Amino acid sequence: MTETTVNAGIAHGLFTEGDKIADTRAPAGPIAETWTRRKFEAALVNPANRRKLSVIIVGTGLAGGAAAATLGEAGYNVKAFCFQDSPRRAHSIAAQGGINAAKNYKEDGDSVYRLFYDTVKGGDYRARETNVYRLAEVSANIIDQCVAQGVPFAREYGGLLDNRSFGGVQVSRTFYARGQTGQQLLIGAYQALERQVAAGTVEQFTRHEMLEVIVSEGRARGIIARDLVTGEIETHLADAVVLASGGYGNVFFLSTNAMGSNVTASWRAHRKGAYMANPCYTQIHPTCIPVSGDHQSKLTLMSESLRNDGRIWVPKRREDCDKDPRQIPEEDRDYYLERIYPSFGNLVPRDIASRQAKNVCDEGRGVGPMVGDFRRGVYLDFTDAIARLGKAAVEAKYGNLFDMYARITGENPYEVPMRIYPAVHYVMGGLWVDYDLQSTIPGLFVTGEANFSDHGANRLGASALMQGLADGYFVLPNTIRDYLARGPFEPLSADAPAVVEARSSVEERTRRLLAIQGERSVDSFHKELGHIMWEYCGMERSEEGLLKAIDLIRGLREEFWRNVRVLGAGDTLNQSLEKAGRVADFLELGELMCIDALHRRESCGGHFRAESQTEDGEALRHDDEFLYVAAWEFAGGTGDGEMGAPVLHKEDLVYEAIELKQRSYK
Amino acid sequence: MATTTAPSRPASARRTTIALKILMAGTGLVFVGYVLLHMYGNLKVLLGEEAFNTYAEHLRTFGEPILPYEGLLWIVRVVLVLSLVGHVYAAFSLWSRAGTARRTKYAAAKTAMRTAWMRWGGVFLILFLAWHLLHFTILKVSPNPDATGPDVENNPYELVVASFQVPWMTLIYLLAMGALALHLAHGVFSAQQTLGLTNTPAAYRRAKVVGHATAAVIAVGFSIPPLAILFGLIK
Amino acid sequence: MNLTLKIWRQAGPRHTGDLVVYKVKDISPDMSFLEMLDVLNEQLNAKGEEPIAFDSDCREGICGMCGLMISGEAHGPEKTTTCQLHMRSFSDGEVITIEPWRANAFPVIKDLVVDRGAFDRIIQAGGYISVNTGSAPDAHATPVPKPDADRAFQAAECIGCGACVAACPNASAMLFMGAKVTHLAELPQGQPERMARVVSMVDQHDHEGFGGCTNVGACSQACPKGIPQDVISTLNKDLRTAMRTGH
Ligand SMILES: Cc1cc2nc3c(=O)[nH]c(=O)nc-3n(C[C@H](O)[C@H](O)[C@H](O)COP(=O)(O)OP(=O)(O)OC[C@H]3O[C@@H](n4cnc5c(N)ncnc54)[C@H](O)[C@@H]3O)c2cc1C
Ligand code: HEM
Ligand code: HEM
Ligand code: SF4
Ligand code: F3S
Ligand code: FES
Repeated sequence: MTETTVNAGIAHGLFTEGDKIADTRAPAGPIAETWTRRKFEAALVNPANRRKLSVIIVGTGLAGGAAAATLGEAGYNVKAFCFQDSPRRAHSIAAQGGINAAKNYKEDGDSVYRLFYDTVKGGDYRARETNVYRLAEVSANIIDQCVAQGVPFAREYGGLLDNRSFGGVQVSRTFYARGQTGQQLLIGAYQALERQVAAGTVEQFTRHEMLEVIVSEGRARGIIARDLVTGEIETHLADAVVLASGGYGNVFFLSTNAMGSNVTASWRAHRKGAYMANPCYTQIHPTCIPVSGDHQSKLTLMSESLRNDGRIWVPKRREDCDKDPRQIPEEDRDYYLERIYPSFGNLVPRDIASRQAKNVCDEGRGVGPMVGDFRRGVYLDFTDAIARLGKAAVEAKYGNLFDMYARITGENPYEVPMRIYPAVHYVMGGLWVDYDLQSTIPGLFVTGEANFSDHGANRLGASALMQGLADGYFVLPNTIRDYLARGPFEPLSADAPAVVEARSSVEERTRRLLAIQGERSVDSFHKELGHIMWEYCGMERSEEGLLKAIDLIRGLREEFWRNVRVLGAGDTLNQSLEKAGRVADFLELGELMCIDALHRRESCGGHFRAESQTEDGEALRHDDEFLYVAAWEFAGGTGDGEMGAPVLHKEDLVYEAIELKQRSYK
Repeated sequence: MATTTAPSRPASARRTTIALKILMAGTGLVFVGYVLLHMYGNLKVLLGEEAFNTYAEHLRTFGEPILPYEGLLWIVRVVLVLSLVGHVYAAFSLWSRAGTARRTKYAAAKTAMRTAWMRWGGVFLILFLAWHLLHFTILKVSPNPDATGPDVENNPYELVVASFQVPWMTLIYLLAMGALALHLAHGVFSAQQTLGLTNTPAAYRRAKVVGHATAAVIAVGFSIPPLAILFGLIK
Repeated sequence: MNLTLKIWRQAGPRHTGDLVVYKVKDISPDMSFLEMLDVLNEQLNAKGEEPIAFDSDCREGICGMCGLMISGEAHGPEKTTTCQLHMRSFSDGEVITIEPWRANAFPVIKDLVVDRGAFDRIIQAGGYISVNTGSAPDAHATPVPKPDADRAFQAAECIGCGACVAACPNASAMLFMGAKVTHLAELPQGQPERMARVVSMVDQHDHEGFGGCTNVGACSQACPKGIPQDVISTLNKDLRTAMRTGH
């Protein structure tokens, strides 16, 4: 057999292969009618019965907040959880650029089909057609809803909404609110949610962390949560559970995600039987402020728009790397993106710009302070733009970004070229869901960044907000009713075996984390894991590196459960304990990500395998072998930190409405 | 469907801290109006005894015969007393509320001078007022050993001139004017803000200017007669 | 740089607290204030002392989760959030006092962490526009004049951090509330509930135990988003109108 037919992962006994996923529950028929049909076919719940039905929603970001408000309005009994002190703080708040919608307000040829097409193509043909089409279809309603809630989108002088083009697409379909679109959308959803709290339909649990799902007789029936203030372990039961717990980019330790973003909710569900799909698909954003030292706790994103006018370069010679950039003459500079991609230049897609930046730094030509063995940064130079447009024009366009840069780095970007470096930004992978957003555990629904989503192997700018709100306001409320119509289910008592098991496993885990009393802090483990992931499962992945990473992660996980030091008690606010639980789950997720990356011996979207590139170093997809979603089933290992070899279930991707093509940016 | 948005507790606009503030602003503006008129009257001292005393008399006979003698004055007095009660009530309610709103103080606090001025300055103004009324209206005592007796005490002009020939008396008044200026510099701006007249950055800046200007005009206007008397320009 | 920190330590809501002195060495001026505390926490952990609890999440100045009183100034000496404050704003050898927000409506949970649930309850009292999902007209059905939209936006920038309350000598939350009332009052969509909203929100504000406003303006100065004091004027005006129209 040739190398391509025996997967390295199987060869090393890292996973096994199970049955294919046969049904995604999307109704058959023309794609443009699928959603209408699904809504019609989904059973209705009589308003009087809704009060008797309860839903738990974990997460109050765009996806969870919108769903909680909408289900509350419909009259269901909703309990909404978040670990922050208020729903308004969910990580969604940090999104800057904007939200896409096929409104075609600019009359520039946009349409539902074009948004659908762009999203599938942008995702490098690794997304499910029916879901993406629906996303494009409901996108317009999102804008209507948000405007009615008072979201202050940018407007033109005529009083109508303004749009811009974003992320290299040719139509202007992005709605925005200065650089704070996520904030404004989230505040809109938050206010709708608070209205329902006041109306008594939603009960809000802030500073609560979900630590386990309760699965009884094959259905998700509730969660175990820790009250982060009192430390009390609480049981919450319901007829259905929705996870809207966001993305897990923080497995890399350094990312643009909020400090608290984590995988715990998803991972606990995964361990209880929910499949995890495409976990290795990670988006790395090229324009972030570089790391300045070991103390760094997170990375800050700067808008991609900077690449419109800034020129990216590094010195041609390593010796020049610590010189003042202004002293390096033109002929000693390497404008590498313009050199390699003459037609797109500095505007190549995120993954390409990121990978090339890493390449030049790995060659030792990076700039800025030494971090570890390398300088991790490239120049983003506005000297030409300032000469061409004038300082005032550059200031008008980018002033707030320049200010932010100056505040964080203490350097003046009008004088000295900015330094940028790629950073982990978004994960396309997540819990596998069917067309109804239901996971493989009946009654467990997953929305927003937490599901494996509609973005395939790469997400277009301004589409995550769209997906979160589409899921929350329009999709989930329609699909979950089909499930709820079968309820209310038999009430579960507090001493039902499933409840007792879930509860005691949480209590035991908490007790154990506090009892280890080892030598190393939680953060030191997290940093080390992040380092491994970034090195071997970051922008470029290879078989050798991934195998090494898996070993390293296993070693680290073993050490964690032996040597972590979590001080303080379990019955008060204990931030080390919270972090420890999250890092413990990251240590398991990291391994699965590496296995997924190892098994997918092709390059697609955000996933670049060194072994799968064209002669000139471009990503090479293998549609013949990998035109599927990889959905992983957790196998074995009930104890903390124990994992068996996961089982791979493939969901074949079928393209009927769109023709498959290879990307090219040369 | 459970989509009602009625507040859980019946709320009334009248029972809010903002209503208290509006009361304070309204009464404060009554004071400002009064003080401006009073200042105008005082400046008549500069025109001599007759002008001043005629003015004082005119105040008492204004509106006769529809109003009785001193009718207008009594109306003004009633309005002023009610305003003072309202103003002080609101000031003390908010003051005590602020005290309970932060029971644990900061160890490293930047002191909020402005609130202190307003509150202690207000208390100082009340004390001054009591003194002032005893002095000019109720007891009508002249502190000047060189000019005493019923002639002086029953002649407003004489009383004023006699009083401010005494330096410490003038000093007390000047201090009071300082306190008043501070109170009004913030208070007049504050009243506009409270009444919702400063909804744009421009209006906001204007309100600040109006506050300082009013304070300056009043302080200067009131200070002219005592100083003129002290320095012997008026005898 | 080397610093002396006096940090408020309090074991729980019902415990009494105290300022405890810590020394930190070799702090890089490029660190953010919270990263400096992270370093201290790692040191404490290594020594077997419980780390200091403080809130943060986005560390980008947008979520509003962080917030410390730094030597008497809310969010410290710069006009930004605590997470975006960098150590280059301090000098070597400086003594820095770090306290939680102080207001009775924001009880201390632990160390530097306070409970700002009162803000959520103020929003619950009416800080929204009542529109059920799916019932919205087309977004272009109601044009909004750009100046109104801009002012609404400026007010909507509030991140709910609570620095205004922390800085106000009266511990008043008028700036926070004024920002929300102004945001919604500037938009046509906000008109139907305008009067009921303001009364209900102010009532809740008072009920939570925040102080009344005496137009001091320390709130605006501390606000990392530069929410101007004129939003309080709009709030006052709406309340006065509500009073006049019998609400
Ligand atoms: C810096 C930055 C800029 C971005 N800009 C854009 C942009 O311009 N356009 C765009 O479309 N997308 C953008 N994105 C992506 C987008 O913001 C996110 O993908 C999206 O907001 C995710 O929303 P969500 O609702 O799924 O999850 P989140 O907003 O992350 O919410 C997660 C929620 O789950 C809760 N939670 C998690 N775990 C638990 C638990 N165990 N127990 C209880 N609660 C839990 C949290 O408290 C939180 O409420 C950006 C992302 C970043 C990092
Ligand atoms: C016991 C006496 C007084 C006390 C305790 C007092 C206290 C106060 C306080 C606390 C304020 C609110 C300050 C603020 O909003 O920041 C205020 C406002 C004001 N005061 Fe006084 N004051 C007193 C007497 C006076 C007098 C005698 C005058 C006028 C001559 C006056 C005029 C005003 C005005 C115009 C305002 C502005 C109203 C507003 O803030 O909305 N006050 N006073
Ligand atoms: C230099 C400053 C002032 C001078 C010279 C002055 C002078 C006088 C005089 C002469 C009278 C008696 C008038 C009469 O009975 O006809 C009087 C009354 C009065 N003054 Fe003043 N005054 C001064 C400042 C103030 C200030 C600052 C206030 C208020 C804050 C004030 C409030 C009053 C009041 C309330 C009365 C009583 C009026 C009445 O009879 O009802 N005065 N003043
Ligand atoms: S008004 Fe400013 S200081 Fe107050 S909560 Fe909002 S952002 Fe923070
Ligand atoms: S500081 Fe306080 S008094 Fe009013 S203007 Fe600001 S709330
Ligand atoms: S941590 Fe989010 S604003 Fe500071």
